[in-house]
Amino acid sequence: MQMQTMAKEIVLSVQGLKKNIGRKPIIHNVSFDVFAGEIFGFLGPNGSGKTTTIRMLVDLIKPTEGKIIVCGEDIDRHPERALAHVGCIVENPEMYAFMTGWENLEHFARMQAGITTTRISEVVDIVGLDQRIHDKVKTYSLGMRQRLGIAQALLGSPKLLILDEPTNGLDPKGIKELREFIRKLAESGMSLFISSHLLSEIQLMCDRVAIIAHGEVIAVGEVDVLVSQAGTYTVWQVDRPIDARAMLLDQPDVQMIGSNEHRIDESLLSTLQDPIITIMNEDQISGWVNKFVAVGIGIHSVQRVAPSLEELFLKLTEGETIG
Amino acid sequence: MANLLALLQNETLKVWKKKRFAVIVLILLILIPVFVYAQMKIAQNSREKFNTDWRSELQSRITDNTNALSSERIPEEWKKWRRALVQQLQYYLDHDINPQTPNAVTFTRTFLDNAVSLFIPLMVLAIASDLVSSERSTGTIKMLLTRPVRRWRILFAKLATLTLYVSLIIITTTLLCYLISGLVFGYSGWSEPVFVGFQVKGADVDTTSVHAVTQGIYLLMQSGLIWFSAMVVAIIALMVSVLVRSTAASFVTMMATIIAGTILANMASSWHSAKYLFNVNLELSSYLRGTPPPIEGMTLGFSLAILGIWGVAALIVSFTVFTKQDILN
Repeated sequence: MQMQTMAKEIVLSVQGLKKNIGRKPIIHNVSFDVFAGEIFGFLGPNGSGKTTTIRMLVDLIKPTEGKIIVCGEDIDRHPERALAHVGCIVENPEMYAFMTGWENLEHFARMQAGITTTRISEVVDIVGLDQRIHDKVKTYSLGMRQRLGIAQALLGSPKLLILDEPTNGLDPKGIKELREFIRKLAESGMSLFISSHLLSEIQLMCDRVAIIAHGEVIAVGEVDVLVSQAGTYTVWQVDRPIDARAMLLDQPDVQMIGSNEHRIDESLLSTLQDPIITIMNEDQISGWVNKFVAVGIGIHSVQRVAPSLEELFLKLTEGETIG
Repeated sequence: MANLLALLQNETLKVWKKKRFAVIVLILLILIPVFVYAQMKIAQNSREKFNTDWRSELQSRITDNTNALSSERIPEEWKKWRRALVQQLQYYLDHDINPQTPNAVTFTRTFLDNAVSLFIPLMVLAIASDLVSSERSTGTIKMLLTRPVRRWRILFAKLATLTLYVSLIIITTTLLCYLISGLVFGYSGWSEPVFVGFQVKGADVDTTSVHAVTQGIYLLMQSGLIWFSAMVVAIIALMVSVLVRSTAASFVTMMATIIAGTILANMASSWHSAKYLFNVNLELSSYLRGTPPPIEGMTLGFSLAILGIWGVAALIVSFTVFTKQDILN
């Protein structure tokens, strides 16, 4: 019971956000809520207004219109109260390169009341930077700067942690570690707001997502629900692709997709040799496997491939115009 | 809410760790001995040229002036000035000081007079120019401004740090000057008299309020005035640093303005409204010596007021822009 009321607590509420730069509207209509203890994804292609929105969340940019409430405090009226609940990294984790990691943390600790030396050691331990913390930041690798940035963001024990494209520049191992780390933070009750331009990343990390395109939020909801709306491809690899294609063609329950018509990430497709891309229901797959086997077509692989971000956008915006 | 003292500590520490002040001290340690050497050569030369008995020369000047004092044809204010001069010459004679030989205090005084128009602003700019712009060009401003502190408090802490370092620069310059030149010229000279109180009115020098003060007092007055003009330069540089993102651009803008000021001061005597520019008003200590001002109508009070107005305006612009500005980069 208590868990439920906690989960409904709104940590960040964004209402009707608008921003004009010069006369040009950059952000039209951005609204969403982030609940306590959830990992909230903020998905959009580059240039869609992700970073501008994030900058407004942390008072780096003043909104032209709209409200941002963090833990009940209006960021425009009481930025110092609202920001006390927020830790953030906007774009790259830039710290003072001429000071050591520890000196940087001390610097930012002094800017908020009640952060003790013990707390600084604590966050250094959390991000696992204790070996190099007394070295100058200019000697750090990007991964270490990222960790130091997170340590800085965690100093004030925030209720909301905002990370802007946190996996940028990290190697696969680093990305995996970061993902686990983010999960752990969420389990401790912290809310995380994570922006990305990669749907796969959001799928792996987040509970809910807001999708932004051209300065406008086009959908907010559970990640799985939104992704399933876009439809999934079934990709076949067989030893006699010409025969298999002939069989699949003109079947009422199967839609064949030409190699130029699909919207699968090229990087995903490039590993597959001679793929046959179809759209079909999940429960049809085993039937088709049997049919192929019956005529002696050997099957190398069958996989369900999630659509790319563009595909999802197309579906979402289509739905909008129809609805 | 972090208190201002903690913010001040942060800002002071950052300037210190960037080793800006260390560079300034290093420059002083190299430059001052060069000037001391030059001054020593000058003193040697003049001693060789005028190898006469300076005591009898002083005595004859005193006699001349005392005679002039009893003359009817000389106006009263001129008499006042002569009386002060006699006082000064008598002091040299009584204390067995050759006025042609420099001492550490005279050297410091001259050095500061020459440093006020370019050298001290340069050192001030080394610190002031990148106070805000460096945070922007390195991106650390995003960390700084997303902490739970009001923006005006951060800028105020930067301003306080700047004041601290400007004061430190002037104290260090004076101190190093005195200590280094003293090695050569000796550390005496604090109580030697100097004339102050000249007032230039049109083409005439009004000498009615001329009086002698000791060199120690003079040095104090001079440092105070230099501090004031250095502070105004610092505050305007802070404004430029808020407005311009690149440290290099902000430094060059300020340096060009200051150099333009010294050039204008030399040639703008017919362009009267130029006296309202801050950069021709920086040489405050020249008023103490009674040097005619670069443009007619400028007095110590006028220059102080103009500098004050520029300083306040720059502060208003800095705080307004800094607290409202969108951080887009």
